[in-house]
Amino acid sequence: MSPTTDGRRPRIVVVGHGMVGHRFVAAAVERGLTETHDVVVLADEPRAAYDRVALTSFFEVGAEALSLLPEGAYADPRVELRLTTAVVAIDRATRTVTTAAGETVGYDELVLATGAAPFVPPVPGKDLDGCFVYRTIEDLEAIRAAAAPGPDGTRRRGVVIGGGLLGLEAANALHQLGVDTHVVEMAPRLMPVQLDETGGAVLVRHIEKLGLTVHCGVASTEVLDDGTGRVAGLGLRDADPIHADLVVFSAGIRPRDALARDAELEVAPRGGVLVDEQLRSVSDPRVWAIGECAAPAGVMYGLVAPGYAMAEIVVDTLLGGSAGAFTGADMSTKLKLLGVDVASFGDAFATTPDALELVFSDAVAGLYKKLVVAPAGPDADGTARDDAWVLLGGILVGDASAYGLLRPMVASQMLLPENPEELILPESRGALQLGLPDEAVVCSCNNVTKRDLLDAVDVDGEHTCEDLGAVKACTGAGTTCGSCVPTVKGIVEDYFASVGKEVDRSLCEHFALTRQELFDVVAVHGYRTFTEVVEAHGSGRGCDVCRPTVASILASQLNGHVLEGETGALQDTNDAYLANIQKNGTYSVVPRIPGGEITPEKLIVIGEVARDFGLYTKITGGQRIDLFGARMEELPLIWTRLVDAGFESGHAYGKSLRTVKSCVGSTWCRYGVQDSVQLAIDLELRYRGLRSPHKLKGGVSGCARECAEARSKDFGVIATEKGWNLYVAGNGGATPRHAELLVGDVGTEDLVRYLDRFLMYYIRTADRLQRTAPWVESLDGGLERVREVVVDDALGLGSELEAAMARHVDTYFDEWRATLDDPEKLSRFVSFVNAPDVPDPAISFGTTRGQIVPEPGAPTESVDLGATIPVGAPR
Amino acid sequence: MTAIGTAATTATVWTAVCRTDDLPRERGVAALVGGRAVALFRTYDDEWYALDNRCPYAHASVLARGIVGTRGDVPFVASPMLKQPFGLRDGVCLDDPDVRVATFPVRVVDGAVHIGVDPQPS
Repeated sequence: MSPTTDGRRPRIVVVGHGMVGHRFVAAAVERGLTETHDVVVLADEPRAAYDRVALTSFFEVGAEALSLLPEGAYADPRVELRLTTAVVAIDRATRTVTTAAGETVGYDELVLATGAAPFVPPVPGKDLDGCFVYRTIEDLEAIRAAAAPGPDGTRRRGVVIGGGLLGLEAANALHQLGVDTHVVEMAPRLMPVQLDETGGAVLVRHIEKLGLTVHCGVASTEVLDDGTGRVAGLGLRDADPIHADLVVFSAGIRPRDALARDAELEVAPRGGVLVDEQLRSVSDPRVWAIGECAAPAGVMYGLVAPGYAMAEIVVDTLLGGSAGAFTGADMSTKLKLLGVDVASFGDAFATTPDALELVFSDAVAGLYKKLVVAPAGPDADGTARDDAWVLLGGILVGDASAYGLLRPMVASQMLLPENPEELILPESRGALQLGLPDEAVVCSCNNVTKRDLLDAVDVDGEHTCEDLGAVKACTGAGTTCGSCVPTVKGIVEDYFASVGKEVDRSLCEHFALTRQELFDVVAVHGYRTFTEVVEAHGSGRGCDVCRPTVASILASQLNGHVLEGETGALQDTNDAYLANIQKNGTYSVVPRIPGGEITPEKLIVIGEVARDFGLYTKITGGQRIDLFGARMEELPLIWTRLVDAGFESGHAYGKSLRTVKSCVGSTWCRYGVQDSVQLAIDLELRYRGLRSPHKLKGGVSGCARECAEARSKDFGVIATEKGWNLYVAGNGGATPRHAELLVGDVGTEDLVRYLDRFLMYYIRTADRLQRTAPWVESLDGGLERVREVVVDDALGLGSELEAAMARHVDTYFDEWRATLDDPEKLSRFVSFVNAPDVPDPAISFGTTRGQIVPEPGAPTESVDLGATIPVGAPR
Repeated sequence: MTAIGTAATTATVWTAVCRTDDLPRERGVAALVGGRAVALFRTYDDEWYALDNRCPYAHASVLARGIVGTRGDVPFVASPMLKQPFGLRDGVCLDDPDVRVATFPVRVVDGAVHIGVDPQPS
């Protein structure tokens, strides 16, 4: 677009800042449209765009995590975002819009992204106190306030009107809030747009198992008034009314097109600004509409992906491109509703002539899978293809793992294998991936084809990704919704197998086993020493990789002393001397201070020990105290003092639990809702000494303010009004990761049980030096898989994992005290075997800020550590 | 008498540093020999080796505290600092043949372990 005739930069006014409005601006910035145009966004909502698709997770993660623009503004100065600025009128003649405050803003191009509003059926009582819609964060906040239990602790009762996708999400929200939830759907089944009768019935059984009540084929007649203007229940046609304290309308959405109607822009019969394939209003070439307020060819699309596609096309067109055209969208859906996998794709209802259905149904397991197939037409040369079939669509309820494979088969119209029913039989996927044509789109979120994946792994190509993680990073496949990851993995593994490339997961040259396999081998055979393990399953005498790994596995399973007998020779130097080695060969000492709580008396002891041994002293990030500069032969003397004063090992040296950090909690804090210190101490004492694939850190916060930074830990607990939220798999470090919610609002007993299971499951199955975050990521199904195993006990492992943890707790002992009691172990703590008390002359110290610091040792070799200022050693 | 490891000459000065029982298999210990720190190692099959205790990468006197293992048939110690592997037989870094730490002969006489040092300055 050229500049305006008066030389001014042309201005694009965007009305609405939802997900699609944001996507438009982001694309405009990214693709250079703001090089030539100014962008002004006028939004009526008080918040910048947020992820409405994930709205149900608001209670778990809060508004901030949902925000698509956490900074609140765009970095590009040519974009102006004005929140709480509703547009009330468009004047197409003067090309201006008027805001609620009466201001007029001129435009050269006007992009309407006003979205949609919930449809509230015109039933009597719909405006009573206690009626809600489910659309915005503000709606959810209001619902949460109304859902709080009564003064006597009674649970609220709620009815959701609408059993479609949005209705079930609203029901999920109510259920999460502890409300006795009913769902009322006028159609004879749930999710009538996506599911057939049997699929809907299977979904009802899943949902009712959770304690919700579903009423299908039932029409609501009125919202009942309790006489004070408050909701008392919902009246039904030909059925008893449902008593309820709140009613949530979630019966569909309607485009917000009032502005356009008032400006006499043509709208579709069922609502939405009528636009052409470039999303341009058919009435005015300066006006565009995208997202749910638009109706390309008269059809409104209530999913975010088509809205994003529309935003990109408008940016493309304004840039002068001509390639973009919106001609419809894949309305395939895969989601998890109330913990149930549901997917619907292609011609799910077999409306195509000659279509046939293949159905697999297992009512006991709650599975329903349907494929819609049709005879393949003649091939490109016109030759008839007898007995050849193609996939048109399908429905999956209870297990949608095949979705990632099936959806691209629809899109590519590839011929089905000989026994297509195998595609939906349990545990039958795999090996088929290579049958997908190269152009099949495997990841629809990021438009990655099978060819893209094969290019990424091609051993002769330029990328040569070595594993699934590299392929995901390289192509973007599986990085958005994740539903295609099993398919991507299958394609990658099949390819590696086809070129004879072994994906080497051996621990090291001594063991052709993974850590997990080694863990199982040790458990099954009951090995107690490295020699037994390496002679039966390995070769040589091990190395610095496998010896500590086996030591950790033996410690996890047997919980013996890490320096007992042969085991002592397996440990890294930190474990071997129960302290952390520092750059000059001295060690640091960290006594355990559970939950960071310490008496003045014990604090004084630490101070005295540090002073008497001349140790550099620093507070750690985990709320304890680190004493540096201890010579190896001093460690037993230091620990004698500490143990006498009641301290025990802090395991700062081990791949094991470090600390459970806490805020001060409800005992002192005026905001605290639970006693976070007590829980942190209990958890730290429970898991102290637990050897694991990598270090483990925990945190407990006494309220949602999260002062303990618990979500940066491997496990983080945050107090709620009703109990605890348990977050898992976070970490700080080079790749910081927030822990994600595993289970919410649980009591302390349940919390400990889930945590026991989570930690033991991690210890059993993670790779060496794999922290919890990458471990969760590496699992098929990720966090969802962890939740299945840990919370739903899908593998039936729960009691076994708990028993393993109980064994650990029961057999814990302080390994420093045990070392001090054993002359054999103590004999290792000498500077020189022939001069046990002579300090190593290579160790010397300088002084910085009044404390000791390492100084390079005697330069018998090339020493190049930079300049130091010798201020004189304090000892 | 058995002499294992780096060859001794007639001029070698031997220092008895410990009894064989003082050092478990596959562990190391530092000994003070002629004023310098020497790392003494005992392998799983009871071979004895001695290296300079100083790690040339970490510039710290720590090699005796590394993990003892094998790479192929070569017994080695991994520096406890950054895990560089040094062959016990010749002191050469297995990942960088240009880096080498000094080795010393070891002999066991009547259960006593001796480390030998050449009298001339090293």
